[in-house]
Amino acid sequence: MTAPDSRAVDQASTSLSLEHRLILELVPVGSLVLDLGCGDGELLSALVRERKARAQGIEIDEQAIYRCVAMGLSVLHGDIDTGLPEYGDKSFDYVVLNQSLQQVKSPDTVLQEALRVGKWVILGFPNFAHVSARFQLFFRGRTPITPSLPYEWHDTPNLHFLSISDFVEYCRRRKIKINRSVFLGRKRRVRLFPNLFALSGIFLLSR
Amino acid sequence: MPQEQPSGRSSAQDVASVKPGGVADSGEIGVVETRFFTFAELTLESGEKLGPITLAYETYGELNDAKSNAVLVVHALSGDAHAAGVAADDRRLGWWDNLIGPGKGFDTDKYFVICSNVVGGCKGSTGPSSVDPASGKPYGLDFPFVTIGDIVNAQTRLLDHLGIERLLTVAGGSMGGMQVLEWMVSRPERILSAIPIATAVKHSPQQIAFNEVGRQAIMADPNWCNGDYYEAAPPAAGLAVARMIGHITYMSDESMAEKFGRRFTGEKPFFNFSPDFEVEGYLQYRGRSFVDRFDANSYLYITKAIDMFDASGGKNLGDTLKGSDTKVLVIAFKSDWLYPAYQSQEIVRACKRAGLDATYCEIASSYGHDAFLLETDEETHLIRHFLGRVYRDRAGQ
Repeated sequence: MTAPDSRAVDQASTSLSLEHRLILELVPVGSLVLDLGCGDGELLSALVRERKARAQGIEIDEQAIYRCVAMGLSVLHGDIDTGLPEYGDKSFDYVVLNQSLQQVKSPDTVLQEALRVGKWVILGFPNFAHVSARFQLFFRGRTPITPSLPYEWHDTPNLHFLSISDFVEYCRRRKIKINRSVFLGRKRRVRLFPNLFALSGIFLLSR
Repeated sequence: MPQEQPSGRSSAQDVASVKPGGVADSGEIGVVETRFFTFAELTLESGEKLGPITLAYETYGELNDAKSNAVLVVHALSGDAHAAGVAADDRRLGWWDNLIGPGKGFDTDKYFVICSNVVGGCKGSTGPSSVDPASGKPYGLDFPFVTIGDIVNAQTRLLDHLGIERLLTVAGGSMGGMQVLEWMVSRPERILSAIPIATAVKHSPQQIAFNEVGRQAIMADPNWCNGDYYEAAPPAAGLAVARMIGHITYMSDESMAEKFGRRFTGEKPFFNFSPDFEVEGYLQYRGRSFVDRFDANSYLYITKAIDMFDASGGKNLGDTLKGSDTKVLVIAFKSDWLYPAYQSQEIVRACKRAGLDATYCEIASSYGHDAFLLETDEETHLIRHFLGRVYRDRAGQ
């Protein structure tokens, strides 16, 4: 199995965030996609609209479910920590975990399950080791707040904080294959020293 | 709308509730008449034959030329075919009128909505109170046992009669949800989508237990006479108690506290066993008024059909559903302890296993099981958008 080649995404997607555009580029037209923690469904509806994906979302927030349904999406109200066992092996082409893995109770279990039910997993998470985070922690002694980690310590939905290097090392130990990785700064992609300069990373993973 | 005696809103499964003084003066659908379809015979799941069978039904909206915009709505335990609009005879509003009509969740400007009564009932369809052609007297306990499967088989005949090959959706709450699941399992080729609400793949022992207490109350009434009471006084006291138990299970602790508190019915306590508390008066009123509109034997037959229902047929429901392409919208309510959300999640798990396109929402509501009739804003939103997509997909095919 080879990684899908990246291809230019339609003009219509320019209103999308850079992050969502980069994820769209990873998904071939007509794929069957499961989005874990799909939120308001913005990415999922872009996948349906521009990649003609057959899409299923899982989301824990009730109000987000109503917004997803209003966009014509199929979405299940539930917890992704416990939501995957019923899906058969490789029952989706892509499982997307965008900005949600760091919010689940057991990221290890969820990622292993995602790799089981999806042929490919697209993972996006905020980089805790971004230079501005390091600066705030080291010089100011403050819990970092960055564009990708915008929360105060007391109201963050994030339960786990990891860096890009942490994740690469984790994949090595877990024998998870990183087929592609792209890194994002404030407005554009980051190509050098991502663990220092990327606000978030997007990985295309497989077993 | 005038308050019914002694207080409160309509109640789940009390779906055809006639509110004294609460007679509707308008409904967007307008006045509707219940219609009747009779066919010769149905072989029941028990192997017995029943016939002729009459089904009461109503329709709202217009069937398009392609017959591709039909929706079937199915009712709960004590419901009837009058789901929407104003009844021609007694002017009461349909039990899901807030969901069915022009611009509503089931938009009658777009869809042709059918509501069918059930076999075994007492609302115009053949049931134990109907006359047995063999004896010329009401069936009573000679009426054969019917199942949710039989109910759906009879509805299938109605669809054949109306010339509808495939429904856009079949939707219902509680026992209606069980009929929806039965459609999904046994007639997937006749539906494009399904909306089971506040329901279960099968009853838990607790749910069976509540139904059994209701049945025992009826059968303990000396007027019941083994079901042979049609020429004498009916087992009103027993049926009323059954209904009171039912009403308790349809509400939540919170909704009862909000609705009744510990308020007295009078200025001060009576110091006897008259209903001191509003909740007592309410339940007694509900029990009494139910007797006027429901047959005790039907209550026995239908609750038994509900208890016996198991959509999985003893197997894994996910495996049973595999291969179908039904789109599914499952709805549960947070405070519903009679049909708790975990039972709806069992349906969701089966959909996942079967690879069905599914949407699930657990609506935050304090109304308990009643919520499926009351939380109409959220339901309307979910149903409108879900059904809209199913309809667009069909048109695009």
